[in-house]
Amino acid sequence: MLTFIIRRLLWTVLVMFVITVIVFIIFFKTPGVDPARALAGRSPNPQTLAEIRSQLGLNRPFPIQYGIMMKKIFITRDLVSYSNQGVKVVPEIAAAAPATLSLVFGAAVLWVVLAIAVGIAAALLRGTVFDPLLMVVALVGVSAPVFWVGQIANMISQGTLHGTFLFSWVPPLGYTPFTQDPALWFKGLVIPWITLSLLYIGFYGRVLRANLIETQNEDYIRTARAKGLTERRVMARHNLRTSMITFVSLFGLDFAALVAGGALLTEVVFSIHGVGYLTWQALENLDLPTIMATTVYGAFFIVLVNALVDIGYAWLDPRIRPT
Amino acid sequence: MTAEPLLEVRDLKVSFRTEDGIVRAVDGVSLSLAPGETLGIVGESGSGKSVTMMSVMRLIIDPNARFEGEVRYKGRDLMKLGQDQIRAVRGAGIAMIFQDPMTSLNPVYRVGWQIEEQIRAHEQISRQAAHARAIELLAAVGIPRPAERVNDYPHQFSGGMRQRVMIAMAVSCSPDILIADEPTTALDVTIQAQILNLIKKLRDDFGTAVVLITHDMGVVADIADRIAVMYAGRIIEQGSRRDVFYDARHPYTWGLLGSIARLDRPKPRRLTAIPGLPPSLLRLPPGCAFGPRCPHRFGLCDERPDLLDKAGDGHLDACHLDLRQKEDLRETTIHPELIEEAT
Repeated sequence: MLTFIIRRLLWTVLVMFVITVIVFIIFFKTPGVDPARALAGRSPNPQTLAEIRSQLGLNRPFPIQYGIMMKKIFITRDLVSYSNQGVKVVPEIAAAAPATLSLVFGAAVLWVVLAIAVGIAAALLRGTVFDPLLMVVALVGVSAPVFWVGQIANMISQGTLHGTFLFSWVPPLGYTPFTQDPALWFKGLVIPWITLSLLYIGFYGRVLRANLIETQNEDYIRTARAKGLTERRVMARHNLRTSMITFVSLFGLDFAALVAGGALLTEVVFSIHGVGYLTWQALENLDLPTIMATTVYGAFFIVLVNALVDIGYAWLDPRIRPT
Repeated sequence: MTAEPLLEVRDLKVSFRTEDGIVRAVDGVSLSLAPGETLGIVGESGSGKSVTMMSVMRLIIDPNARFEGEVRYKGRDLMKLGQDQIRAVRGAGIAMIFQDPMTSLNPVYRVGWQIEEQIRAHEQISRQAAHARAIELLAAVGIPRPAERVNDYPHQFSGGMRQRVMIAMAVSCSPDILIADEPTTALDVTIQAQILNLIKKLRDDFGTAVVLITHDMGVVADIADRIAVMYAGRIIEQGSRRDVFYDARHPYTWGLLGSIARLDRPKPRRLTAIPGLPPSLLRLPPGCAFGPRCPHRFGLCDERPDLLDKAGDGHLDACHLDLRQKEDLRETTIHPELIEEAT
């Protein structure tokens, strides 16, 4: 198992390297695009262009350009956003990360707990009227776009019903760091958490229900019952445990994507200045350095979480562990 | 048999509601099992043998299933017990092993853990004690290096080994009855013999009663004290091993015996088979279920024959032919090639 983990992590490093090369090629070597001009943002003046060229060594050989860019992102972290008054990109991302992480972790906890509850409930209530009902609710969750749900939520909680006891505690849109004011941090995240998790509760609830029903008919479930175990134990220890394998691998991928900036829409709707919000702003302003940095940041998280999911998968399912 | 039977099934009926109608999987089955006795239940696929024994343990949870009749075990009717009570019986009083050892064990838990789970579900003992007992059980069923293998996963065992693990698990709480549902069907013949010997050994060591379900007459010939032959959800013959093999009293049993290829007789020109197919359980024929395929059908067969002990010797059959007729017809039906030779 240990060799498996080490090998997997080494592969992660390799993949990261390849990704940085590909990102670099896309941003710097697309034929017909002058990287200096692209990096400078809208209407650059010749002075800025010259500055960029010298700072990033755009007249030097390709590998050296790559090296300089990587150094600026990872080591000296002084990659500068030319269209944004020379703000240092990497520290900006680092400052925005806690907001994204708070949003995504909180939503993840919520959606995992509720998806498991919905999935088990739907599997147990199969055949009764509640099963299709739960699945319709789940379908609504999957189908409703997060920006729509978010705007409706805002409209209600900040606008129409803000005065009532239901929503008077909701603070104005925005993110408050935990270290600054924990209570405000929490209150400001409740509605975003619920909004973001709705989509995933729907999806994962349906996935888990399907898996549970499938494993219900497996022979080893029949054996577990024949051993004299309680139905609760059969469900929890035997049925759920094997169904969770799919659940966990899917969860890992979705979670990684969200941390990498996939929560963009939610962050924008609720004015949470996380990495997704940053990316959105950068896209609006054609701020290439920031986009490049967020791409690398995002890729890094996805690759890392993928590796963790692989390891977790091997832990959950002993059949795929290398002997 | 004057002693109180350990298990007594009285007129058990199991039917399933389906879109196409009611499927009568078990249509009035009565049998009894004495302590330490081995009963073999023989029949084709779909004859109702598995459904009968799974109903005894209340393992059929299909909401469309309907049950009638009684199953008496140690003075209680199992069909009427509550969930907690039947769980106490499952695994501890009556244990069951199934056909396919590849899929009958949970793939994500170690085999030791799975055995311990059963022990600790029925007895208050510590994890270490349960673990030690799991190792003993693995040794008893013939798994080499049990102390190491107890921590292995099911996929690290071969099919025969997995079935041994299943048996170890089933006997872990010293049940009175072990039900083996086609335990050797998924295994090759040499392993088959090993598993049957193992069951015999455990039976002899612990005095467990065994119900062995199979479609293979060779298997029951080896291990059963008494045999019940099932057809279309009904028992059509029941008696001691000797009675059923040498003194069979139902045309279906004759057909089964006749279809066995023999090495000690002249080679027949053609292997005998029972013509036709078993009836659909949705539309059972009125009268005797075997009637449509029976070479000796006559007028009375329009009425369903009851399973009766006509000679008073513990050998029951469900056929309207009288004993004399059966004596006359038996040899020729089982071995038609003997008539060919004579002519």
